[in-house]
Amino acid sequence: MSLHRYLPQTEQDIAAMLADCHAKALDDLYCDVPTELRLKQPYDLPAEMSEKEVRDFFAKMRANCSTLTCFGGAGFYDHYSPAVINSIISRSEFLTAYTPYQPEISQGTLQYIFEYQSMMTALTGLEVSNASMYDGATATAEAMMMCVAAARKKNRVLISATVNPMVADVVRTYARYHKVTLEVIPEKDGVTSVEAFHEMMGAGDVAGVIVAAPNFYGIVEDYTGWAEYCHERKALLVMNCQASALAAIKTPGEWGADIAVGDAQSLGMPLNYGGPYLGYMCTTKALIRKMPGRIVGATKDEKGNRVFVLTLQAREQHIRREKATSNICSNQGLMALYATIYLSLMGPKGMQDVNALSCDGAHYLAAELAATGKMQLAYADKPFLHEFLMKLAPGVTADAVIAKAMEAGIFAGVKLADDLLLIAVTEMQSKADMDKYVSLVKSL
Amino acid sequence: MNRDFYSKLIFEHSHPGRQGYSLPRNAFAHVELPAGLTRQGALDLPEVDEPTVVRHYTNSSNNNFGVDTGFYPLGSCTMKYNPKINEEIAADPVMARLHPLQPASTCQGALEIYYTLQQALSEIGGMSEFTLNPFAGAHGELTGLMTIHAYHDSREDWGRTKVIVPDSAHGTNPASAAVCGYQIIEVKSLADGTVDVADLKSKLSDEVAAVMMTNPNTVGMFEKSIPEIAEAVHACGALLYYDGANLNPMLGVARPGDMGFDVMHINLHKTFSTPHGGGGPGSGPIGVRKGLEQFLPNPRVVKLADGTFDVVCEESALGRVSMWLGNFTVEMRALAYIMSLGSEGLMKVGPLAALNANYIMHHLRDLYLLPIEGPCKHEFVFDGLIDKSTGVTTLNVAKRLLDFGFHAPTIYFPLLFHESLMIEPTETETKETLDRFIEVMRQIAVEAKENPELVNSAPHNTPIAHPDDTEAALHPVVTYKEL
Amino acid sequence: MIKYLPSHEYARVEGNIAYVGISPYAAQQLGNVVYVDMPEVGDDVEAGEDFGAIESVKAASDLYAPVSGAVVEINEHLIDNPKLVNEDPLAHWIIKVEMTNPSELDSLLDEAAYAALCK
Repeated sequence: MSLHRYLPQTEQDIAAMLADCHAKALDDLYCDVPTELRLKQPYDLPAEMSEKEVRDFFAKMRANCSTLTCFGGAGFYDHYSPAVINSIISRSEFLTAYTPYQPEISQGTLQYIFEYQSMMTALTGLEVSNASMYDGATATAEAMMMCVAAARKKNRVLISATVNPMVADVVRTYARYHKVTLEVIPEKDGVTSVEAFHEMMGAGDVAGVIVAAPNFYGIVEDYTGWAEYCHERKALLVMNCQASALAAIKTPGEWGADIAVGDAQSLGMPLNYGGPYLGYMCTTKALIRKMPGRIVGATKDEKGNRVFVLTLQAREQHIRREKATSNICSNQGLMALYATIYLSLMGPKGMQDVNALSCDGAHYLAAELAATGKMQLAYADKPFLHEFLMKLAPGVTADAVIAKAMEAGIFAGVKLADDLLLIAVTEMQSKADMDKYVSLVKSL
Repeated sequence: MNRDFYSKLIFEHSHPGRQGYSLPRNAFAHVELPAGLTRQGALDLPEVDEPTVVRHYTNSSNNNFGVDTGFYPLGSCTMKYNPKINEEIAADPVMARLHPLQPASTCQGALEIYYTLQQALSEIGGMSEFTLNPFAGAHGELTGLMTIHAYHDSREDWGRTKVIVPDSAHGTNPASAAVCGYQIIEVKSLADGTVDVADLKSKLSDEVAAVMMTNPNTVGMFEKSIPEIAEAVHACGALLYYDGANLNPMLGVARPGDMGFDVMHINLHKTFSTPHGGGGPGSGPIGVRKGLEQFLPNPRVVKLADGTFDVVCEESALGRVSMWLGNFTVEMRALAYIMSLGSEGLMKVGPLAALNANYIMHHLRDLYLLPIEGPCKHEFVFDGLIDKSTGVTTLNVAKRLLDFGFHAPTIYFPLLFHESLMIEPTETETKETLDRFIEVMRQIAVEAKENPELVNSAPHNTPIAHPDDTEAALHPVVTYKEL
Repeated sequence: MIKYLPSHEYARVEGNIAYVGISPYAAQQLGNVVYVDMPEVGDDVEAGEDFGAIESVKAASDLYAPVSGAVVEINEHLIDNPKLVNEDPLAHWIIKVEMTNPSELDSLLDEAAYAALCK
C-alpha cells in the first residue's frame, strides 16, 4: 500500500529505492542533520482527514460566513463573474503550470499575458504593461520605487490624501524601509489641493507624484495641467486607477501620466475575502526598462512563426540580484488570465455598459438616500462614478445604519467615521435592493 | 488541429458588433460625467462572442504544460501535485462574495480558516506566530526583512545597514534586501556547496542586520553548521532569516525555529501544494520567533476570549504590506492540504521527497557530472554531462527533455557551476515516472555522443521551435498594437 | 593612451577628452548587447560611480565611469544599433567625457595590467 493518496510510493518501492541509493532507511538520507535539531515527535496537528472530512470542515467554515447584498467598496468591488472565466482558469494546463521559463511548452501562458498587456494598455491609454503584480497597493508602492530609480538622485515622492488609505499605508511602509521621503498632499473638499501640490513641488526635488482616479471617495478629480507641472520639474506622474472605471473616465494616458497602477479586481474578480486580486502597471515605452515585473514580448521562432517569450529579463532579480528593478519574481498569472477573459467577453461595449449601470445606479441610490433626510452627499458638487461618501445627519451614526441594514442582509457601506459612510454600487445590486436599503434607513 | 487558425490572438478573432457578455437591465435614469472627465479614446478591446472566447483559450491551453500534464522536475520550485479537493474548496461561492470590510461577525468562518492555518504553520515552522498577508515568496522575504528592520529600529540600533547573503542564494534574497534599504554582503560557498562559516563569521559585525540562509541550500545540501552560525549571528546582535523556498524536505525532519532561525517565510505554492497558476497567485506567509510578534504587519487575525475572531491593527507593527489578509483562496487550499495529510502524513513528505531526489541522482551520476557528494535533500545539481567533448550543453539537454514530454529542470542556477542542471522531483511522483525520466536522461546522454546535432537542435516535438530571444529584447514588441 | 577599470570599462584619452566604453573582453562575456542605458549630454559623471547600464539577453551590468567630468557626447548610434558594441567595442565608445581631474587616470589599469586581469 502507498502511504497516502498524494504519496504514491509503497513500502516495497521505498525499500527498493533505498537499496539503489545504498541507504538502509529514509533516516540515512538525513545523516548530516544534527540529532539535536531533529524533530523528536510528530507535529502537534490533527490526524489525517479523509476527503469527506476536509470537505465537511470547510462546509462548517462556510456556514459561519454570510453573503450580503454588498454596498461596500473602498477598493474592493462586488462585480459579476461570468461563468466562462472559472471554467477556463480551472483548466489544469493553465492552473498547474509554473512561470513560463520554457517558451516551447508555455505558449498558452505567454500568449494570454501578451493579450493581457495589450488590454491593459488599451484601458490605461499608456504604451506598455508588465505581466501583472500582486495587488493594487503593492503595484503602487513599486511605482513609487520606480520613480525614485528613474530620477536617479531624487528620493522625495508625493502622494495625494485622496488615495485609498490602505494603498497609502502600503506605499508608506515601502517608503519607510526603501528610504523614500513620502509626503502627503492634503485634500480640500474631497479632492487633492492643487495649491498644496504646487507648493510642495517648489523645491524641484520631487521624483514622483501619486494621485488616484476615481479617488477614495469615488470622486473623479480634474488633473488638468498636473502632468505638465510634474514634467517641467522632472517628476513622474503616477495614477492609481480602479481598472474597470478606466473604460469610462479620462485615462492616465489622456491626462499625460507616466505610470498607471492599481487593482484590477474590479474586472469581475470575486471578492474572496481580500484575494487573490490583480495589481497592474503600465507605463510609457521610454520607461519600459525601469518597469519592475515580468514582460512578455513577441518574436519569431526558428521556423519563422510568431511566438511569445519572456523578455527584458536582464532587469530581473534572478539575473541582477540586488541591482534588480524590484525583488518581484512572480506575477499574478492566473488572475491576469482572469482579467484577459473578462475583458474579451465584455469588449468595449460591455465595459461601457457595466460602468453606465453602476454609475446610474449609484446616482439613484445617492439621491434616494439623501431624500430620507438621514444623510446627504459629503461633497455634493463633485462628480462621482459609482461610489460616493455620505455625511450622516446629527443623531444618525454609521454603526446604526450598518446594523439596521444587516437585519435585511445588506452591507450598507464602509464606515470612515461615525458620521461618514462610503457606499459603492455595481451591476450586482438591483433597484429593489436599493429601495430596501433606503426604506431601512428611513426607518432609523 | 489547425494551428494557423487557433494560434491567433483573441484580437484577431474580433468582429465588430459581437458580444460575449450579459448584464442586468439598466432600470435607472442615465447620468453623464462632465465631458472633461470622461474617456475620449476608443477602447481597443476585442469584440468576440462567448463560444469564440471559450474555444480560443481552450486551444491556447493546449500549448501549455502543467503539473497535471507531466513530470515537472524544476529545481527549487517544488512542483508537486496540486490536489483537486483544494480547488473545489477554493471555489467556495460564499467565500467568493465576502467583502473584506464587512463586519467580522459575518466572516467568522473565513477568519477561522486564516487563524487555523496561522497556527498550523507556526507548529510546522517552530515559530511563535505567523502572518499570511504576503502574496508570494519574494514578498514574504521583503516582509521578513522589514520585520527585522522594525526590530532593530525598536531598539534604536540604527547602525545595522547590511544583510549577509550566501553566493548560492536565490536572486530574490539580495533583491529583497536591497528593496528593504540594505546593502548586501556576499558570503562564499565551500566546495561541498555549504556556506563558508569562517568567511561568514569574518563578515559579522554590529553593522549587520540579518543573515539570510536557505536550508537545505540551493544545491540541496543541509547546512549542518547551522547551530554554530545561529550562535555567531545572534552574538553579534543580528537576526537569522530562513528562506523557506526549500522547506519541503524538512517536513517531518526538522523545524527552522529549532535550528535557530528568527524569521522565516514559507511558499505555500511550493511546500503546501497550491498551484502556481503560470506565475501566481502564490502566498508567502512569514513566521517569527517569540519576542518578534509585535512587529508583524497589519492587519492581523486574533482569537478573542469568547472564541470568536477579529481583525485588528497594532501600532507596533512594521506597517502594512497588503490591502487585506493576503491571497485568501490560496490560504484555503494550503489548509486543506495540511488537513488531508494530517500530522503523520506531513511527517513523511520530506523524507519521501529526499528519497525521490536521491534515487534519480544515483541513477544518473555515471553520465552527468555530480559536483557535490553526499545524500541530497529535495534536489541536487549536475554540472552538465560528464563528457564535455560532445559540445552538448545543459540548455540542449533541457530542451531535448521537452521532446519526451517532461518539463525541463532549472538550468544555469545556482551560479556556482557553469552548467547547472537542478533537479527536484518532489514526493508525489511514482517510481515508474522517475524510472522513465532516468531512462530518457540516459538516452539523451547517449544521443549527445552519437548524434549531438539531434540534441543541440532540440526541441523537435513542441508546439513551437526555438524562439529568437535577442530580437525580442532588441526591439521589444509587447502589445497587439505594436505587432 | 587607453586605461581600464577592473570592472572592464576603458577610457581612451585624447587631450582632455576621455572616450568611455567597455572592453572587448567584457563585450564578449556579455554576448549580444540589446540595450545601452546612457546618461544625457551635460550630466556629470564621477570616477567609480555608475553612469548607465548595458544589457544583453542573459545579463545586465552597470557601467562605471573611469574618470570624472561632464558628458559632452553620447554615442547615439548605440540607441538603434546596440550590437555595434559587440562588433568593435573600442571603436564604439559609449560616452565622451570632458575630464575635470585627469590625474584620476593614474590610478587606472594600463593595457598590460588589464590583460593580466582578464586571464
